[in-house]
Amino acid sequence: MEDSLYFSEQHLAVRNMVREFARGEVAPVAAELDAKAEFPWANVKKMGELGLLGIPWPEELGGAGLDLLSYMIVINEMAKIDASHAITISAHTTLGTSPIVNFGTAAQKKRYVPLLATGKVLGGFGLTEPSAGSDAASTRSTAVRKGSHYVLNGSKIFITHGGVGEIFIVTAVTEPGAGTKGISSFIVTKESSDLDKTKRLGIGHDDSLTSMRGFTSGKKEDKLGWRASDTRSLVFEDVEVPAENLLGEEGEGFNNFMRTLDSGRVGIAALSLGIAEGAFEHSLRYSTLRKQFGQRISSFQGIQFQLADIATEIEAGKHLMFHAAWMAQNKQPFSKQAAIAKLYCSELAMRTTIKAIQIHGGYGYTKEYPVERMFRDAKICEIGEGTSEIQRLVIARNLLKELAD
Amino acid sequence: MKIAVCVKRVPDMDVRFRIGADNISVDQGGLKFDINDFDAWAVEAALQLKDKNAGSEVTVISLGPDVVQETIRKALSMGADRGIQIKADKVPFDGLAIAKALSAELKTGGYDLILFGKMSPDSSNGVVGPMAAELLGLPCVTAISSLEIANGKGTAKRELEGAQEIVEFPLPAVLTVDEGLNAARLPSLKGIMAAKKKPLQIKPALLAEPQITVRKLELPAERKAGRIVGEGAAAVPELVRLLQTEAKVL
Repeated sequence: MEDSLYFSEQHLAVRNMVREFARGEVAPVAAELDAKAEFPWANVKKMGELGLLGIPWPEELGGAGLDLLSYMIVINEMAKIDASHAITISAHTTLGTSPIVNFGTAAQKKRYVPLLATGKVLGGFGLTEPSAGSDAASTRSTAVRKGSHYVLNGSKIFITHGGVGEIFIVTAVTEPGAGTKGISSFIVTKESSDLDKTKRLGIGHDDSLTSMRGFTSGKKEDKLGWRASDTRSLVFEDVEVPAENLLGEEGEGFNNFMRTLDSGRVGIAALSLGIAEGAFEHSLRYSTLRKQFGQRISSFQGIQFQLADIATEIEAGKHLMFHAAWMAQNKQPFSKQAAIAKLYCSELAMRTTIKAIQIHGGYGYTKEYPVERMFRDAKICEIGEGTSEIQRLVIARNLLKELAD
Repeated sequence: MKIAVCVKRVPDMDVRFRIGADNISVDQGGLKFDINDFDAWAVEAALQLKDKNAGSEVTVISLGPDVVQETIRKALSMGADRGIQIKADKVPFDGLAIAKALSAELKTGGYDLILFGKMSPDSSNGVVGPMAAELLGLPCVTAISSLEIANGKGTAKRELEGAQEIVEFPLPAVLTVDEGLNAARLPSLKGIMAAKKKPLQIKPALLAEPQITVRKLELPAERKAGRIVGEGAAAVPELVRLLQTEAKVL
């Protein structure tokens, strides 16, 4: 797929730029950020300047005005080098910004999207709760209308950018007993947990945003992978949210986030595929350097077959992911394709990184080689933005629905 | 200021090269191409001057087949204003032929400053910039590692073996750019979008018959594998003996 089926010359220019950025600025710091579980503020600033934090949004909203394929290319390229940087782009763009672009009023878009699209502040998305993950309908956070505002109570967990972010879309029940039709979404704002750093770098904070009283982030999760990405809980204690911050209509929260997750899944597919491709590139190169029994290990059929299998699966994954992105871009229903791409590519990332470590042998098990980090980064792809099990449910539901139609 | 930058599309040097079937060219299969690094620094220098001098215009010129448009677009996406492809089936090896074709275009542009990379790593001649300067009758400073332009004249630094040379020159002038002058910016996504809409003219190259031609390309001889003589001080006498008798370097 080098490269005409989906890609224009402009797509390739975008890919080359991100590749250069990822190799030049991300690769040298990825291992250290992972070890320290440190959020990559300096690179976030550079990504903002390059336009990587608002890729698909219109220029009048501060975005780069590119298409969805360009956006997927960026996530994919970044993940070849470092998944934490890739998820920063993806969570900020798809989860933190797209709901406002897609469901917001003109005033909401004008107020929040330029801040997000330029990378001035980071955004996030709060859906998952301690007792509501895959089963989003069990959301317990509540929002009660009182005059000109809602009073928000509850908590969210595993929220990407929970600490570093300032603008969040969160779901809460506005009509108890109405099931998924009783869930609404809100735009809520707080100060970044890294104020000193954000002020030093001139990014990540905007004074004009309200720091809503009672809205706080919890302790940073100590994770297996995606360690340079910031994951925390969000807590809401009698937070007064102005009624104008309701996103979409009351009761539309569930439908809206289902749509958001469809796009998110293509992004996670692109990210997972990037991890697999990165681990494969390292393994291929390593196999031509490492000698055992007087030969390069790439001359052994046992290694060759593994490389051939991985390459074949990666090629299949590329087609699934870029085809899902292409369908989304061309406004065709893509829920099934997104779930298929996400399921296949995330499991591929896991399989590939396991094999990559095996090809590297003992060295692959150490932090001297990046495949160890890639292996840890891959696992969450089978869980986040819908587990593999949920992807299978979505796929099956679509199949049965197609049959009924 | 009107600034012209001449750029060349070159293969990524980080690969193993194979010699083509004709024995006089590199097999292009599997090669990746990008703008020559020295030329990218020249573009960056031009863009920095443009940032400082409002109303400046940066023109990027490349000689070669249509694929060089990609290289020109990259410079446009970095922020250059317009591009000119001097169209030729291939880039000749003869630097004078290239310099003549480029200067035929450059002399019509009324440029205050003409920038080149000091060399390209594929042919390593390093002659096109100075030859173009000669053909244009302009002063030429080669291999600059710093640059200031003020009040119609320029100051540049050149790195010499163990010393630095500071030179002054009037405008217009031709400069060739060395490593260390700057770090080339990456094109932003906005830049990439904008590049599509910037003008790119295509003009035929006036290529003289090349006076220098490549007759044969050969890969360097394979290096022999190293040998470990032993470890520690005990191995030194044997190492010295081998260096004297076998390698004959002592």
